[in-house]
Amino acid sequence: MSTSHLTDKINQAMAQGRKAVMPYLPAGYPTKDAFWKHIEDLDAAGADIIEVGVPFSDPVADGPVVEQAALCCLEQGVTLGWILEELTQRRSAIQAGIVLMGYMNPFLQYGIPKLALDAAQAGVNGLIIADLPLEESDEIRNVLQEQGIALIPLVGLNSSMERLRMHADKAAGFVYFVSVMGTTGVRDALPEELRNALIQARQSFSIPLALGFGLHSPAQLQGVETVVDGVVMGSALIRHLDATGKVGDFLVPWMIAR
Amino acid sequence: MKKGYFGDFGGRFAPELLMPPLLELEEAMERIMAGEAFQRELTELLTHFVGRPTALYHCANLSREVGFGVWLKREDLAHTGAHKINNTVGQALLAKHMGKTKLVAETGAGQHGVATATAAALLGLECIVYMGAEDVVRQAHNVQRMELLGATVRPVESGSRTLKDAINAAMRHWIAEQAATHYCLGSAVGPHPFPLLVRELQAVIGREALAQFQERTGKLPDRVVACVGGGSNAIGMFHAFVPHEQVALIGVEAAGDGSPGCCHSATLSTGTPGVLHGTMTKLLQTIEGQILPSHSLAPGLDYPGVGPEHAHLQALGRAEYVCVTDDQALAGFMRLARAEGILPALESSHALAYVLGLSGTLPATVDVIVCLSGRGDKDLEIVRQALVKREG
Ligand SMILES: Cc1ncc(COP(=O)(O)O)c(C=O)c1O
Repeated sequence: MSTSHLTDKINQAMAQGRKAVMPYLPAGYPTKDAFWKHIEDLDAAGADIIEVGVPFSDPVADGPVVEQAALCCLEQGVTLGWILEELTQRRSAIQAGIVLMGYMNPFLQYGIPKLALDAAQAGVNGLIIADLPLEESDEIRNVLQEQGIALIPLVGLNSSMERLRMHADKAAGFVYFVSVMGTTGVRDALPEELRNALIQARQSFSIPLALGFGLHSPAQLQGVETVVDGVVMGSALIRHLDATGKVGDFLVPWMIAR
Repeated sequence: MKKGYFGDFGGRFAPELLMPPLLELEEAMERIMAGEAFQRELTELLTHFVGRPTALYHCANLSREVGFGVWLKREDLAHTGAHKINNTVGQALLAKHMGKTKLVAETGAGQHGVATATAAALLGLECIVYMGAEDVVRQAHNVQRMELLGATVRPVESGSRTLKDAINAAMRHWIAEQAATHYCLGSAVGPHPFPLLVRELQAVIGREALAQFQERTGKLPDRVVACVGGGSNAIGMFHAFVPHEQVALIGVEAAGDGSPGCCHSATLSTGTPGVLHGTMTKLLQTIEGQILPSHSLAPGLDYPGVGPEHAHLQALGRAEYVCVTDDQALAGFMRLARAEGILPALESSHALAYVLGLSGTLPATVDVIVCLSGRGDKDLEIVRQALVKREG
């Protein structure tokens, strides 16, 4: 397992005594131009890692808010090629780590070896592929790793100890823990069994643990705040952006002690 | 061959949260479904509830018209009127043995929804069916049947509002409700083990057809033809014949209205390899990997993907895949109705239309079996509108 820029980013946040903050925004949302302005704002507001959504027509792991946003991006002609080109131009102005989050087919059609090269060129630090489970991931993980890009594993409440251990052997960057049994989208409360599941995951991995899906308020973290190193917010950020037209102030409440 | 793959196709491209239930299902297939007790129970249900074996019918009138032997494997005679029931009775029984209390399913034409609701009612399981909002309108009759059988039908408004979106919704439902729920997938698509599971449950079609044909004629058929949406009736029909190399296997896809650039569902004929709904297969997609909308007059063929085993059979050259337009299918529908007194499903009419198109090109000694995957009652409104449009 190689060390990752993403691990460093989270460790830096923790060294400042707070959790790493990882906003998610679909690339090209709400418009192609405004998107990059919002990324700069998120970066300036202290985002440690920014997750750039790669839109896909059939996002099985997403709820209605992210799905609608992704479809809106597709209507504007957003492609993975466009995302990587733009990022290559703008990367040096962004402090945060950059992760692409998407589904297998658009990555596959781009071509995995070309993706690894172009993503590295664009300063992408990691990839999250929502429909790529452990069993199918070796080939792509190896190709990405050669370019210093981490393939971030997703685990959840139903991941057995055995599976966590299998993931731990291969994980890089950070581990993305899915907080709910379901799709993305804001939830009022997180499940009760989350705390124990997170403790199990924490014991299984040596790299940081980020929590995502359903987060809209730091108050939700009560009971699990000591077991989580970072937080990912997607649907709540999109809704905030839709309501206020800006993103920077969204991060303020999330600059919370670890 | 890699586990869960058919050559380069198949696999399991599903969210990590779906891995535990997929592994549980795979294990149940090996432990429960392979067992004698389960097989006995399934055979009982297939015989006395589904009405198997279904007839193998020699179309004397049509055969005379086209100049070679035309036979129909009559899945339209199975309970609920289509091959879909073979699969749902099997999956529902397996789910019950696994201790599940609910079935979730997707449906395009509504036939799989009706078949799932039927199996759920029989075995005392709860049933939720996702259906594209467009299909809810196109197949209103089947929506009513599902509701009468006690199922909840949930219209899906996202995307193209057809089958592919219903599958997305059902998969999302399954992620959230996996403990008590079995996802009763309706075709030989999806992540491993579904393509294998559905093929095993539909293989009864071809096994019967092979035995029936041999008993009647003492030989093998020359060609076996089936329509391909997701590909379950076709793979079920083909499976027993695959080892018999002298039998040509032909899958018929929907070419929509047939004009260049129009929407269709001819995935194997015009698609490219990619990943959708958990499997590596051939897809209708853009260069960037976005899934294209599909279309067919037959709602059950209206899907931009196809079962991975068909992609494999095509790559091997063991099966051939051809296209038929909406109009040709409609003509096939009319011709079978008038010549033999059978109203076929519009899906099956595609397979039939291909065979009728061979009229006069084959020697009289040739025998072709067509899988008549379902009956046409569900399609009367579509047919009526299409005929009005054609004449007006
Ligand atoms: C009568 C009938 N035939 C064929 C199909 C297509 O499914 P498959 O390709 O899985 O056999 C359907 C699907 O709804 C159907 O209802």
